[in-house]
Amino acid sequence: MHELSIAMSIIELAQEESVQRGVQVSAVHLKLGALSGVVREALLGSFEMACEDTPLKGARLVIEELPVLIFCRTCDAQRPISSVQLFCCAECGTPSGEIVQGKELEVVALEIEEWDRSPV
Amino acid sequence: MGSQPRLIEVRKNVLKQNDLTARALREQFRAAGVFVVSLVSSPGSGKTMFLEKTLTLLRQNYRVAALVGDLATENDAIRLARSQAPVKQITTGTLCHLEAVMVENALQEWDLNQLDFLFIENVGNLVCPSSYDLGENLRLVLISVTEGEDKPLKYPTIFYSADVAVVTKIDLAKAVEFDWLAAYGNVQAVRPGMLVFKLSAKSGEGMDEYLDFLKKRLHESRAAEVI
Repeated sequence: MHELSIAMSIIELAQEESVQRGVQVSAVHLKLGALSGVVREALLGSFEMACEDTPLKGARLVIEELPVLIFCRTCDAQRPISSVQLFCCAECGTPSGEIVQGKELEVVALEIEEWDRSPV
Repeated sequence: MGSQPRLIEVRKNVLKQNDLTARALREQFRAAGVFVVSLVSSPGSGKTMFLEKTLTLLRQNYRVAALVGDLATENDAIRLARSQAPVKQITTGTLCHLEAVMVENALQEWDLNQLDFLFIENVGNLVCPSSYDLGENLRLVLISVTEGEDKPLKYPTIFYSADVAVVTKIDLAKAVEFDWLAAYGNVQAVRPGMLVFKLSAKSGEGMDEYLDFLKKRLHESRAAEVI
């Protein structure tokens, strides 16, 4: 269960950006690969807990889960795998360990609240 | 004044800091000419016994040392000290895995130039260590015959973060009716082409083949440096 330390890294990263840009973060958008070793539900819970007592309190974590994609030499294309227990091309069955997608653990975007300072 | 939500693009790896530290470590290891091997497994797979044997046998011809991660005790470090190799404990407290910065801190007093092999024993856990690069050259994932054949299917992610699999306690295979072909097949299912050693640190069976492999990798990495 290392999701709490992952959550804290996410908050740290978001906070750095928010200070740099002088904005308030209301949501963090994350890409989570199926091979990242991180469990979505545990991460969501940890994030909520770790946000307490930080400027990110109340911010949402929006997770986009990415399935594993491999490069299949038989199909000469990117393909999904049969399952994470079977690293074979889902189309033709050729085994492949060339992962193209699935290891992601990446903050892709921040939703920010911007105060409109233009004269009314 | 009104507030309006807006999306700004960031695109940053969450473990960026760990990856940067791991990269710096890898460069440090390369410059010192030390080959670094890390070990991951579940608790009780025989990691410490395996490492003790590895250190004892390699020490005859190579300069070896080890870092061991453990939640609370120093028992592993005490056991490993019997090999006479320098051993340092990293007590992680409640943390279930090692991070690159812990390795960096633990290595501060050691002169890496004086080493041929450095081993890093991770905390016994098949889940969390998979996310953290420690700057190692080679990551071994250990499974013992007493754990059954399906560990790779239950923990595919760790097999993906490792380079080589080692089946340990092969001397007990008959007693626990361990099916080697099934285990090998399961490793290949989650990681096609993965090299798998089977051995017993206790009886010594299979140790030579695995140690020869490590030596070969050390020499290859140094030869690559010369060119």
